[in-house]
Amino acid sequence: MSTANLLYTDTEDALRDTVRRLFADRCKFRAVVTHYDAEADFTGVWKTLAVELGLAGLLVPESLGGAGASTREAAVVMEEIGRAVAPVPFLSSAVLATVALLKTGETQALRSLAGGSTTGALTIPLSKPPGAYAATVRVGASGLTGRVSSVADANTADVLVVPVVGPDGLELHTVARAAAGMKVTPALSLDMTRPIADVEFSAVASTRVDNGAAEDAVAEALLCGAVLLASEQVGVAQWCLETTLGYVKRRKQFGRAVGSFQALKHRLADLWLEVSSAGATARYAADTYARGDAETPIAAAVAQAYCSDVAVHAAEECIQQHGGIGMTWEYPAHLYLKRAKSDQLALGTAYHHRARLAELIDLPTSP
Amino acid sequence: MTFDEHAIGRDLDTRVRRLLATHDPAHTEPHKFLEARFDTGLAWVQFPEGHGGLGVPQSFQEQVNAALTAAGAPEPAVAKNGIGFGMAAPTIAAFGTEEQKRKFLRPLYIGEHIYCQLFSEPGAGSDLASLATRAVRDGDDWIVNGQKVWTSGAQNAQMAILVARTDPNVPKHAGLTYFLCDMTDPGVEVRPLRQITGEAEFNEVFLTDVRVPDANRLGAEGQGWHVALTTLNNERVAIGSGVPSAMIDKVVAAWRAQPELRNPAMLDELVRLWVESEATRLTGERLRQQFASGQPGPEGAAMKLALARLTQAISGLEMQLHGEGGLRYDDWTLRRPEIVDFIGRGPGYRYLRAKGNSIEGGTSEILRNVIAERVLGLPPEHRVDKDIAWKDLPR
Repeated sequence: MSTANLLYTDTEDALRDTVRRLFADRCKFRAVVTHYDAEADFTGVWKTLAVELGLAGLLVPESLGGAGASTREAAVVMEEIGRAVAPVPFLSSAVLATVALLKTGETQALRSLAGGSTTGALTIPLSKPPGAYAATVRVGASGLTGRVSSVADANTADVLVVPVVGPDGLELHTVARAAAGMKVTPALSLDMTRPIADVEFSAVASTRVDNGAAEDAVAEALLCGAVLLASEQVGVAQWCLETTLGYVKRRKQFGRAVGSFQALKHRLADLWLEVSSAGATARYAADTYARGDAETPIAAAVAQAYCSDVAVHAAEECIQQHGGIGMTWEYPAHLYLKRAKSDQLALGTAYHHRARLAELIDLPTSP
Repeated sequence: MTFDEHAIGRDLDTRVRRLLATHDPAHTEPHKFLEARFDTGLAWVQFPEGHGGLGVPQSFQEQVNAALTAAGAPEPAVAKNGIGFGMAAPTIAAFGTEEQKRKFLRPLYIGEHIYCQLFSEPGAGSDLASLATRAVRDGDDWIVNGQKVWTSGAQNAQMAILVARTDPNVPKHAGLTYFLCDMTDPGVEVRPLRQITGEAEFNEVFLTDVRVPDANRLGAEGQGWHVALTTLNNERVAIGSGVPSAMIDKVVAAWRAQPELRNPAMLDELVRLWVESEATRLTGERLRQQFASGQPGPEGAAMKLALARLTQAISGLEMQLHGEGGLRYDDWTLRRPEIVDFIGRGPGYRYLRAKGNSIEGGTSEILRNVIAERVLGLPPEHRVDKDIAWKDLPR
């Protein structure tokens, strides 16, 4: 346990600078907020991130066309995505779909995802926590049939990675989103910067890719997703805290900066402590996963149980301490509240992760 | 690790081996061993050579401690002399003259000098800088008069770190001076102060014409506040981040062992606190990795804030978990313990003692000010007394 490195290496800091500059330049609030009124196109930012910077393949070994990095680096990217509420399919494609394929030994679709030429979506409701998954799509003689609701970024994915009920248990298939018999219906999402869609399969041709490892692949993808989502939540929380601090130092009422009132500053001190602690748990989870430590499920559950509520708390404080400004469409705070609240529900709520932890650390429920 | 770091690591290994070879722990009196350890620079590796250290980063200390513990070497009395090790030693190292370091660090390390802290007063708690204990120059000495309070371990202490007012004619922060005070001086009277738990960890200390040599002044005259801040930052780090984990382990053990105590609604609360304890442990660990060398900053205040909230919440839950058992108490006898033992006592003790965690070493409210102002850069509190001479302040 004491071998965990909870800090950032120089390489990781350099990666952060690069990603932060990209988002500062190409994911400005004014552009991101347009997602709520009309379908906005952020493909260009994603291509830069995925292809030019090579980050789509961060978790993929070099031998398979990736960067051969680990969750430590991916976590840094997720923090920056959180800070910018960047509307890019990194979590859905470069983490969830990629890790699932990686675990099965599939290489063709994986290479294409790793290179950034296509994006993928693991076809599972975004709210599904790590653990056993009961698939809702069936395979028959005519292909795949069934429906999966609330899949993140499904509407823009090229390839869907679909958990399927087969005759002998869970299978994993790849399907082109544009294949005959597919119907992808975008939903009006609480967080339009990570849009969800409902996916219907009516006798769709697919390729089975699991090599018998479908259950492990789905479990691994969700675990990795939970680990990394915590870092996004830390990024969201950091932005909210820093922005609120900036505001309460500037904003004057009663002849003084409102940040000089203990009613606000004490809450910000507590929030800072929460955000710092969230950072430590997220970093621990990312490092633990990267080392292949057997403690990873515990570290992931701790990070999710802690960070998901901290991000929401930070976003709520951000709104409250900005007063009326915080409620406006013109100010970015609402984007962060929407991302934080969606992230709290994504991959299991804190309640779910605590219940799971009770099992993992042997706290039996019944008398 | 760099080349230099490898070289330091090897040098420390050699020193540890040589120390163990010349002073076999099995056949050496503990204080002799500690003297030898101090003299070879393995007491506090970050301290200067000749003063118990080697001037290398503090992060190397762990390696030395581990090797010596593994060899069964006698340990310094860190728990019994928490004020000495946690506060006095780093302050002496930072502000002491060569002579003071030579005179005070070695006896502190080998257990000859137990320290206590003469800071708070009946009229100066959160507003420590307003303290009224006077030190008046008399030749090569200072004559000290006043009353201190909340002094843990004063009955066992040979030495004290003392802040006293040397100039009442300037604003409060500017008129303070920091001393090392001999507790065996006849003018020092220690009276136990019984507390909520039944025991008397703390004392009142009355100082009547106590003579402190000017040679025991740490830092310049009037610089006492600055010196005291070093002590206080160390105090907040010394209050460890591992306590909540140890406390939650007690609750977890009871939950596992006694199925009849379990309540499904309580489980979520228990896991929530388990998660927070783990988060606090990791935050402390990351802070240590960040500040592997150098003085702790105000970030240490955050750890203390987290600790207080958690120990109180955990012990409160523990009482409810035990139900009928929580109605009983283990020992109301007036005792004067040398160390605070959260884990060895019953749930009722933990619940009551934890109430002090948000008061001692800076109240949680003051710590929030410290974080807000010194970490987050928020505007300071309005301080009406800041530019007024101490003697003119309303009291």
